[in-house]
Formats: sequence, C-alpha cells, structure tokens
Amino acid sequence: MILNALDYAAAWPEILLLVMACTILLTDLFLPDERRHVTYGLTLATLGAVALVAGLSAPTAPAYAMHGMFVDDLLAHTLKVMVCVVVAAVVVYSRGYVMARGMFHGEFFTLLLFSTLGMMVMISANSLLTLYLGLELLSLSLYALVALQRDTAAGTEAAMKYFVLGALASGMLLYGMSMIYGATGTIEIPKIAHAVADGTANNTILVFGLVFLVAGVGFKLGAVPFHMWVPDVYQGAPTVVTQLISTAPKLAAFAFVMRLLVEALGDPVLLVEWRQMLILLSVASMAVGNVAAIAQTNLKRMFAYSTISHMGFMLLGVIAGDINGYGAAMFYVVVYALMSLGGFGMIMALARTGFEADRLEDFKGLNRRSPWLALLMLLLMFSMAGVPPLVGFYAKLAVLQAVVNAGYTWIALVAVLFSLIGAFYYLRMVRLMYFEEPTDASPIVGFRDARLLLGVNGVATLIVGIVPGWLMSMCQSAIQGSL
Amino acid sequence: MTGLPLLSLAIWVPIAGGAAVLAAGAGGNAVRARWVALAAAIAGFVVSLPLATGFETYGHVLQFAEKTSWIARYHVNYHLGIDGISLLLILLNGLTTILVVIAGWKVIETRVEQYMAAFLVMSGLMNGVFAAQDALLFYVFFEATLIPLFIVIGVWGGPNRVYAAVKFFLYTLFGSLLMLIALIYLYNTSGGSFALADWYRLPLPMGGQTLVFLAFLVAFAVKVPMWPVHTWLPDAHVEAPTGGSVVLAAIALKLGGYGFLRFSLPIAPDASHALAGLMIALSLIAVVYIGLVALVQTDMKKLIAYSSIAHMGFVTLGLFLFNRIGVEGAVIQMISHGFVSGALFLCVGILYDRMHSRQIADYGGVVNRMPLFASFFMLFAMANAGLPGTSGFVGEFMVIMGAVQSNFWVGFAATTTLVFGAAYTLWMFKRVVFGAVANPQVEALADIEWREVVLLSILVVAVMAMGLYPAPFNAILEAPVSDLLLHLERSKLP
Repeated sequence: MILNALDYAAAWPEILLLVMACTILLTDLFLPDERRHVTYGLTLATLGAVALVAGLSAPTAPAYAMHGMFVDDLLAHTLKVMVCVVVAAVVVYSRGYVMARGMFHGEFFTLLLFSTLGMMVMISANSLLTLYLGLELLSLSLYALVALQRDTAAGTEAAMKYFVLGALASGMLLYGMSMIYGATGTIEIPKIAHAVADGTANNTILVFGLVFLVAGVGFKLGAVPFHMWVPDVYQGAPTVVTQLISTAPKLAAFAFVMRLLVEALGDPVLLVEWRQMLILLSVASMAVGNVAAIAQTNLKRMFAYSTISHMGFMLLGVIAGDINGYGAAMFYVVVYALMSLGGFGMIMALARTGFEADRLEDFKGLNRRSPWLALLMLLLMFSMAGVPPLVGFYAKLAVLQAVVNAGYTWIALVAVLFSLIGAFYYLRMVRLMYFEEPTDASPIVGFRDARLLLGVNGVATLIVGIVPGWLMSMCQSAIQGSL
Repeated sequence: MTGLPLLSLAIWVPIAGGAAVLAAGAGGNAVRARWVALAAAIAGFVVSLPLATGFETYGHVLQFAEKTSWIARYHVNYHLGIDGISLLLILLNGLTTILVVIAGWKVIETRVEQYMAAFLVMSGLMNGVFAAQDALLFYVFFEATLIPLFIVIGVWGGPNRVYAAVKFFLYTLFGSLLMLIALIYLYNTSGGSFALADWYRLPLPMGGQTLVFLAFLVAFAVKVPMWPVHTWLPDAHVEAPTGGSVVLAAIALKLGGYGFLRFSLPIAPDASHALAGLMIALSLIAVVYIGLVALVQTDMKKLIAYSSIAHMGFVTLGLFLFNRIGVEGAVIQMISHGFVSGALFLCVGILYDRMHSRQIADYGGVVNRMPLFASFFMLFAMANAGLPGTSGFVGEFMVIMGAVQSNFWVGFAATTTLVFGAAYTLWMFKRVVFGAVANPQVEALADIEWREVVLLSILVVAVMAMGLYPAPFNAILEAPVSDLLLHLERSKLP
C-alpha cells in the first residue's frame, strides 16, 4: 500500500495535463492579443501529448495510485484517449467561432483543459470521492464556459439554470454516496463491491442510497425525468460549448455509470434494483426526447432532445446488465460523440459574425449553397436516425441485440418504435437541405482547418459504418479488460 | 471461372461510379456528369455479365461466393454468393440502371450529377441485397437503398414530392425496424450467427416462427407492396421523376418478393404453411381489388402504379402456393414486371416530358402525331395485359397453373386479372393514343428521337425474348426453386 501510494505512474496523463493547463494559464497572461494563437497551439499540443501518454501505455492489468483512489485500466485508457481526441476536435472547430465572438482568450482554453482534466479524473476514479471530485471539476468548468459570453441574456440564463440544477444533482449524488458509505463503511469502489457481495451491508440503506445515485446519474446524463436543464443549456450556451457538453462529458458520464453502478453496485441483488430504475429512465428518455424534438424550430434545441433520446438508447446497453451490453453501451456513446461533434460542427461552419445558423430554416436549400456540406449533414442526420450503412445504425443494433439477449424484447420494440418517430425530424433536416430553396444566399465562410475536420468527421460516419468491426471490438475489449 | 471477386465488383463499381459522377459534375458540369454516369452504368452492367457467362445453370451450390470477416465481434461475415434467382435480378438491375441514365439524359437539368450518382449508388446497393448471404449484410444493403431513393423522389419529383418521399421512407423504415428485431432474435437463438445458411437449419418453435414470419411480413409486404400497406406506392410513383419510377417498379419492389424467398419461406417454413391462407387472400385482394381500383384512375402513372401492385400480387400468390410451377412463375413474373412496368413508366415519362401532364383526359389521338411511339407503347400495354408471346404472359400463366393445381377457386380468382388487366391497360391506351387529335398540345407533339428509340427497343427485345422463349429462365430457376421447395417441405419444429 505504501508503494502504491508513491506510484504516480498511473496518473501521468493527468499530471501532465494539470501542469500544462497551469502553464498555459500563466503564459497567456503575457501574450498580446495578436499572438493569442500561441495559446491555441499550446492547447492542441497539450491534448495531443496527453492522448499520446495515455494511449501509449496500454495497461495489461489495472494499476492503482494514491492509496487506491485512482485506477488506470483498459477502460480508462481507451476512454481517456477518446476524450482527448474529442476535445482536440472541439478546439479545432472552435477557432473561427470564438474569434468572431470575442471569446478567443486564454480562459476559454484553460477552462477546456480543466474540464478535460475533470473528465479524466472521473474516468479513472476508484473511489466515490475521486469520482465526485472529477465530476465537480468538470461541472464547474462547464458552468463557467456556458456563461463565457457574459453579456448575452440567453447564455447567462443557461449558465444559471445549469448551475442550480447541477448543484442539486451533485447534492443528490453526495447524499447517495453517504448512504453507500454508511452501509458499507468504505468509499473505495472495489471494497464497496466486496461489502455488498459479502452481505454485510444493510440492503435497505444500500437501495435507499442507490435511488439518489441513479437520480444524480440521470441528471448528469440528461435522462428523463431529470432532463429539464438540457434544452435550455444547449440552446443558450455558445455553440462551441454546446458541442463540448454534448460530446466528451458523455464519455465521462458513461465511465461514471460503469464505475458507480456496475463496478461498485453491480452485485446481482442490486443490479435488479437499478435495472428497474434505468428501464424507466431509458424508456421515458426515448419517448420524450424523440417526440419533443419534432416540435423544435431551433436546431440546438432539437439536438438537445435528440441527445436525451440517444442517452435513453445508450442506457439500453447498461440495462442488459452483462459485458456484452456494457460494450454495446460504450460503442453507442462513442458513436454518439462522433455524430454530435459533427452536428454542432456543421452549425458553426454555417455561422458567421452576428449569425448563429441555429434555426432549422437556416439550413434551407443548403444543397444549393454547398453540396459538399449538405452531403456531410445528410450523412450525419441519417447516422443519427440509425439508417445503415452509417455508423449510428450499428450503435443501435448493438444495444438492441444486448437488450433482446437479456430477455427484454418489449423494450427493444418500444425503442424501435421511438426511433421511427425520431427518423421523422432527422428526415426533416434532409428535406430542408435538399428539397427546399435557400432563403439565405450569403457565401459560407469558415476556417479551412475546421472545414477539413468537418469533412473528416462526416465521412467518418460513413467509413466507420462500412467497417465498424474494429471500433466495436475495441469497446468490447475495454470493458472486458476492466471488469 | 475467374479469380476476380465478381460480385464485389458488381456492387462496388456502380457505387464508385456514383462517387466519380459527383466529382465529375462538381461546379455544374452537367455534360461531363452525364457521360461519366453512362460509362459507370455500362461498366456496372458489364462487370455483371461474367456472372451470367460463368454461371453453372443447374448447380445447387452458391456460386461466385466470397467470404471475409466483417464485424468479428458479432461474427458477421462479408459473405456474398448467388443462385439463379439472384443472377436474374442482378442482370435486370444492371440493365435498368443504364436505361435510367439514358432516360434522364435531357429531362434532368438541375443537379444532374446528384441525380445520376443516386441511381448508380442505388444500383450497387441493390446488387448487394441480391448477393448477400449474411442477414446483417442484407439488411444494411436493404436499408441503405432508402437513402438515394428518398433523395431522388424528394428533389426531382412532382409538386407533392415532399409528402410522398417522407411517406415512402417512414413506411418502409417501419417495416424494416420490425425485421431488425426479428434478425436479432434469430441471431440470439442461433447462438450468435447472422449467416443465412445457419438460419435455414435452425429449429424454431411454432410461436417463434410465427413472430419471425410476421415481422418479415411487415417489412417485405410494405416493400412489395401488398394490400393493405400499399398506399405509399401510388404517391411515390406519381411524384417520382421517370427514372425514380422505373427503378422503383423494376427493382425496388423486387426486394420485397426476394425477401420472402430468402427469409420468410426457408427460415419459417411451418409458419409459412400455417399462414399461407392469409397470404393467398391478401394476394388475391391485391389482384382483384387493386385491379378494379386501377380501372378508375385518371392519372396514367397512378394507373400503372396500381397495375404494379396487382402484378406483384401475382408474385406473392405464386410464392405461397408451394408448388414448383407457382414459385417459378412468381420469379419470372418479378423479372417480367421489371421490364414491362419499367417500359410503361418510360412511355408515360416520354409523354410527360412533352406535355407536362399525366392526366388521361389531356390526351387523345397521340398516334396521329407519334406513330412510332404509339407502336412501342402498344406492345408494352399488351405485355402488361398478359398477351401470349410477351413476357407478361409467361409468369401469369405459370402462377395461374400453380394456383389451379392447389385450389381451383384460387386459380379462378387469379384469372380475373387477365380480364381486369386487359381492361384497365387497354382502355387507358385507347383513350390516350387512339381517336382524333384531342387538343392543340397533342397536335404539337413530336415523335420520339433516336435516344428514346434505343431505350424502348432494348426493352422490346427483352419482353419479346422472355415471352417467346422462356426456357433459359426456367432452366436457371430450376435449382434454386427446388432448393427452396425442399426447405419448405421440411418441418423445422424442434
């Protein structure tokens, strides 16, 4: 244990990220405005280096650090690399957008890096306290990012809502964690699992705590009935921040679910309990998300409801309650991050100074204005709708297979019914772009690097759809390697 | 046999061609896009020709098989292979694609490259459907065809195109999603395999078979389309551009019939037997009732669309008779319907390009201005009515024979199509083509040009050849149909 305490090797990526985030924060103070791109470059380089450090050392067995509060296993390793890649993509997408809106300052980039650090700590958490610490670091950075445009009413309102509801959720989580601690006498995840398996823990208190934990998780994922903050925050936040909120933190939230529900409380006795709650959350999310999305005229709001329904779908894999299902859920969340990244990237590509391009009608006749962007958006939309051969289909297939395999065919039927309803509003986007005439003839301006990345991102939904095997296997082995 | 992966070529050459057309037409270079599209369509057809020449006619094994691991995690293979039924449909598909490209040559003026690319991509995907031996691979190709067709109807269609495109997409998606659940069920019960060959051997209890059968039924019935889920088809046909209608009628509807052959019948034979009565009843309703509906149509495209539904009723009828002549007749009817309905949609398209009306009442006396066209149209109308000597007769006759073999009254009801089919087709033909010149617009009509003559001549050859000498088709179908009947004879109850 003493040796483990000194063993910081497992946390190298986080240490590097922390040091670099502080360095960038200080360096930026001494940079004149016209040399701000140094901060941009340093941020990208940091994310690349962290991904490299995290990615090069694939752990064969879980490595612990800091008295067992921190773990580096295959799940953490895979998710961390993905988080870094996704955040780096957000940074590349962001440049033109934040420059046009006077947000191209050091705080934007350092907050991004600190939120990344929070996600990585969450992913590697091996105790309830670490888990909470990571979550709060992530959330506080995000609250600030949402309010980055201080003088817009929508942004401030969104940040306020996000903060209040987020604090409520954190309170619930802490309360649930205290119950678990009370029942098992420990906050370390493996020890909790042992205590539950031994039968020494009081089951009533455990289940009582579990209810609060699931509610907290529901808040963070944005699952119905804890979804109220999602549409407002998505709409009110600057698009680039929305893009961040809807992508990388979902990967971290998946790790959160895995560590908390599966690793700590995955005992069959408790699994039955949280499975029932998750079924409720999942079905309600798919229903509310898909139906409410139809009524939206704001694209960011529509994506918000779409996220809600996607999270419902992702939970199907967790409901299945076996390795197969967790692997499917992880694949789903990775695929979702890829699609969401592209969707918001598209909004930013069409936006310009004083124009957000976040209404559905802004996409009218896009095929006339830019066939290439329209084609990319078409791929993204059909992918979100789950139409093969795009990658979104395989994500749905995987979770449906898992949930049918677990004996819940009726949930699968409900899920496909709602995804049929969901197809309608994705089709509407394609309809607007292809079947209607443009109302806005101004040329589409944008940075070449963001445009290039958008192309890669959109085409990736097709390419990964044609050869999805490797990503599915990668997710599966990540889950297998850490359970 | 060559070492080339011929089936993969048949799938990917048109798709790559589609991408090339998009690149060639970028910046609005319509002329270049058209020529590249024609080259790609011909290339796509040519690479499928060695399939025909190298085909072993009476072979019972899968031919030109290719197999590599695709999604290792779910043991899904990229497994291709064809039998006689697939071969015929692949050839029909390649030919139709060329016709569609030529048919859209002048008429399509906006976004030419996207129009042509959509059809080429669709052609490759449909070849994939007909060649897939793995259920997931089949499903991916099957569903993917929706995307280009949705775009084609919605962008180049008529005034009500948006409604028709969305209705088409959601109807078919609904069916396919239920089918997906059935596929997952079969995957789980078979212990983790999507291979069709494994599923053919898989014993299933009656309850499971029935549910699987019904899920497949919804998916394929929407596609065929069978009564009562046929209502999307007339809308889609009326609004689609000519090329869209041709591909829809000639190939896309065949996906449904093909699905019954490959999935419903061999995977759930006991349920097929148990529910055959229902299927025959639905088919007869399509034949008789839809035939009557066709009679009262005032829009030419709608009339042909309803006639398509009635003819496809023959396909499903033949399949569920479970005797050789019925099943073989059904497949021949599928091919023949591909030629005949495709030709009729082209004819209506030719009229529409000149008059911009599909209403029968706007025409009259076309023969006076377009004699050459009228004779082509006449032949295809006759084929649609099932005149002996044309391909339309062969399939219908075989299915009726099969029906009489199994039950006289079923055969009797099916025979009424010869009356109704002749009535609605020829009555429409008479009102449009014969009589005195109805109005100044008709007076101003110009006869078809060489491009259209080539187009229709190819179809005339196909329709007549198949009608006068169907023996090669029967020979090719012999092995796969007997395999299918063998599957149907064996009970799969555990």
